[in-house]
Amino acid sequence: MNSPDPAFSTDLAALVARLRLFLPPHCLLLGEEDLRPYECDGLTAYRELPLAVCLPETEAQVIDILRTCHSLGVPVVARGAGTGLSGGAMPHAQGVVLSLARFNKILRVDRAARLAVVQPGVRNLAVSEAAAPFGLYYAPDPSSQIACTLGGNVAENSGGVHCLKYGLTVHNVLRIRVVSIEGEVFEIGSEAPDAAGYDLPALMIGSEGMLGVVTEVTVKLVPKPELAQVVMASFADVAKAGDAVAAIIAAGIIPAGLEMMDKAATAAVEPFVKAGYDMNAEAILLCESDGTPEEVAEEIARVTEVLNAAGASDIRVSQSEAERLRFWAGRKAAFPAVGRITPDYYCMDGTIPRKRLAEMLSAIAAMETKYGLRCANVFHAGDGNLHPLIMYDASKPGDWERAEAFGAEILELSVALGGSITGEHGVGIEKINQMCVQYATPEIEAFHRVKAAFDETGLLNPGKAVPSLHRCAEYGRMHVHHGDVKFPELERF
Amino acid sequence: MQLDDIISAVKSAHDSRTPLRIRGAGSKDFYGGLLAGEVLDVASHRGIVAYEPTELYITAKCGTPLAEIEAVLAEKGQMLAFEPPQFGGATVGGCVAAGLSGPRRQQAGAVRDFVLGVKLVDGTGQMLNFGGQVMKNVAGYDVSRVIAGSLGTLGVIAEVTLKVLPKPVAETTLVFACDAAEAIRRLNDWGGQPLPISASFWHDGQLWLRLSGARAAVEAATAKLGGSSTVTPEKHWNSIREQTHPAFAASPLWRLALPSTAPCPELDGLRAIEWGGALRWYAGEIDGDHEAVRVAAASLGGHAVLYRAPESLRCRDGAFAELPPALLALHRRLKKAFDPQGILNPGRLYAEF
Repeated sequence: MNSPDPAFSTDLAALVARLRLFLPPHCLLLGEEDLRPYECDGLTAYRELPLAVCLPETEAQVIDILRTCHSLGVPVVARGAGTGLSGGAMPHAQGVVLSLARFNKILRVDRAARLAVVQPGVRNLAVSEAAAPFGLYYAPDPSSQIACTLGGNVAENSGGVHCLKYGLTVHNVLRIRVVSIEGEVFEIGSEAPDAAGYDLPALMIGSEGMLGVVTEVTVKLVPKPELAQVVMASFADVAKAGDAVAAIIAAGIIPAGLEMMDKAATAAVEPFVKAGYDMNAEAILLCESDGTPEEVAEEIARVTEVLNAAGASDIRVSQSEAERLRFWAGRKAAFPAVGRITPDYYCMDGTIPRKRLAEMLSAIAAMETKYGLRCANVFHAGDGNLHPLIMYDASKPGDWERAEAFGAEILELSVALGGSITGEHGVGIEKINQMCVQYATPEIEAFHRVKAAFDETGLLNPGKAVPSLHRCAEYGRMHVHHGDVKFPELERF
Repeated sequence: MQLDDIISAVKSAHDSRTPLRIRGAGSKDFYGGLLAGEVLDVASHRGIVAYEPTELYITAKCGTPLAEIEAVLAEKGQMLAFEPPQFGGATVGGCVAAGLSGPRRQQAGAVRDFVLGVKLVDGTGQMLNFGGQVMKNVAGYDVSRVIAGSLGTLGVIAEVTLKVLPKPVAETTLVFACDAAEAIRRLNDWGGQPLPISASFWHDGQLWLRLSGARAAVEAATAKLGGSSTVTPEKHWNSIREQTHPAFAASPLWRLALPSTAPCPELDGLRAIEWGGALRWYAGEIDGDHEAVRVAAASLGGHAVLYRAPESLRCRDGAFAELPPALLALHRRLKKAFDPQGILNPGRLYAEF
């Protein structure tokens, strides 16, 4: 799917000579065996070897690397822990990978101001661990939070189970320090509630490393709720479970987490985590309530009432913290659990309006037959974010191609149902064709203009996130407005 | 005015390089820099396009009055959680363009946090759709949120989709007597605890605190915090949201956004403190030293807006804090990306574009 990029041709010797002027030997990887671990991120289906990997230790080195690459016209792909799932950190064959792994310090935790200043290579969970002694935590919790870094979270606008109530990364980052491709440093956002000028943090967060390199992030910390409790409800019918999600919201309840697993997913995880899931249920809902003990008791009672009215066949409420964690263990371990029952799986990330859940699930069931592949479904049901896990075997000829087509069809249906091709994983290289489905030419052109405002030479993570118009034309889904001639900007037409 | 009329008006302004002044109800004409150009009155482009209570969003055309939106939401027990001021007849387009949030911002977030999607007519008259109607959408750059607070300089907001939230079940307001420094200390102390504080306001030796949430949570917090309760809380919070409270009756009126823990700057004229200590209102003399206010705010890690003042003064000194050169250059390039001829609300945000 990734074709060679003729736009760049790097003189490696010249690049290395320049980098060696300021990077000590242990900060520059060049040998193939050293580069190999960087050939892909969490989406292993797409791989590319970079020419070099830079591991800077100071912001001054980051600035020098970017200036060097800018002056030599070398593409730069910034990378955190590499847990991304859309190939956003896949290297460029003519470029360098700029790893921020050594920017791993928590610079400040301010208890009174409820914020933490961290370097981009700090792991998501480490922020909450550092804040815990103050009764605070960092709310966005991607499933990979034990490994993924804040810089990566900013690049992808990562989410997680708690997004429904506490928001995405964009709602929880206060300030970002950025180095431009020209090596210029600027700070956007503020420890104050807003900053002068355009809301640039909103633009940077989720920009997939295309606009600048992040060297410092200030995040908001929130008080840790006194108590969290989870209700687990079984449904004999997936549509009823979907309706129950809507009924909870309609009742004026915004749970701390509202997740759903279908039968294929529970069948995969139960032997793995032994959470006590109802193996007969067609769908299981997990609904978490957090707050003061009084508040949680009140909300759990209301949620239980709604779930009963929505036709739940069984309802259980966690009676201890250990039980709550066990209920969640399966949902959190769904990916590795599915990984145990199939040689490979392909995790998708579409978002749809909640009320179309049942429709989407039955469409996915039909696609399983069409493509001859099984699919387990886990979702952030509360915000309509689906994670179908398409199971395949990479060693079987044709399997990956069918999995890829299966995934593409899910994403395109997500858009048709009024949703998006990505809720929290990003576009990266993976969904770049589907961007042509979600957005029409004028928007894609506008995205390119935004990109050029930050990175005129197009050296930051080229080929990701925003497709070229040429690519959309080849994908054949270019929207045509007002009967205009098809793709007049392309010579081949 | 229909969408096609807006598009053709912008197209012809683009072709003839005529500056346009985008106007809804005009309720925020007092805010920002220069009011220049031919008026593009979009108030008649109005109406709620879609409202899905169970999906938590509402889509409305730019000229729709906030009052109309809030009335429809109230029928389903929902609200715009950032509590935007209505200032009489404010429209939803103006609300997003100005990016002003009310008392609940400290708990719920700002306008930008609730923007899910916009239909934007850019400075060439091109119709652009960003974002959508779902909560989670990270495809492409998040242009819709950048539109919040951009004061119409990047495009005419034709239609906007906002996330809505259920109204809290219970609400109580408590009042404490204390000075400003003590108010800031208490607010930050409380802010670090799991308390359902949805708004705060200090003025003239009194600190008002609103608690919102589940009945049990509000009752438990009331018992814990003490203070005296008040009889007309709704009227009180409305007067803060709409800035009809006497604390806001000053010209010029300065709005200082600061880290919530920042001490009170050494300036005369502190009128009020909001948002858990992060928003401070000051009355400054017209012939006073405006530079001193800017410097004081910046030295504490925030910024000062010359919020309500004669237009001549806002144009002379700039309504908003100056940007560092690298950021100003970036702003110019972004402006150009959406409005190459610079015809949309020129000078309203910064004199430079």
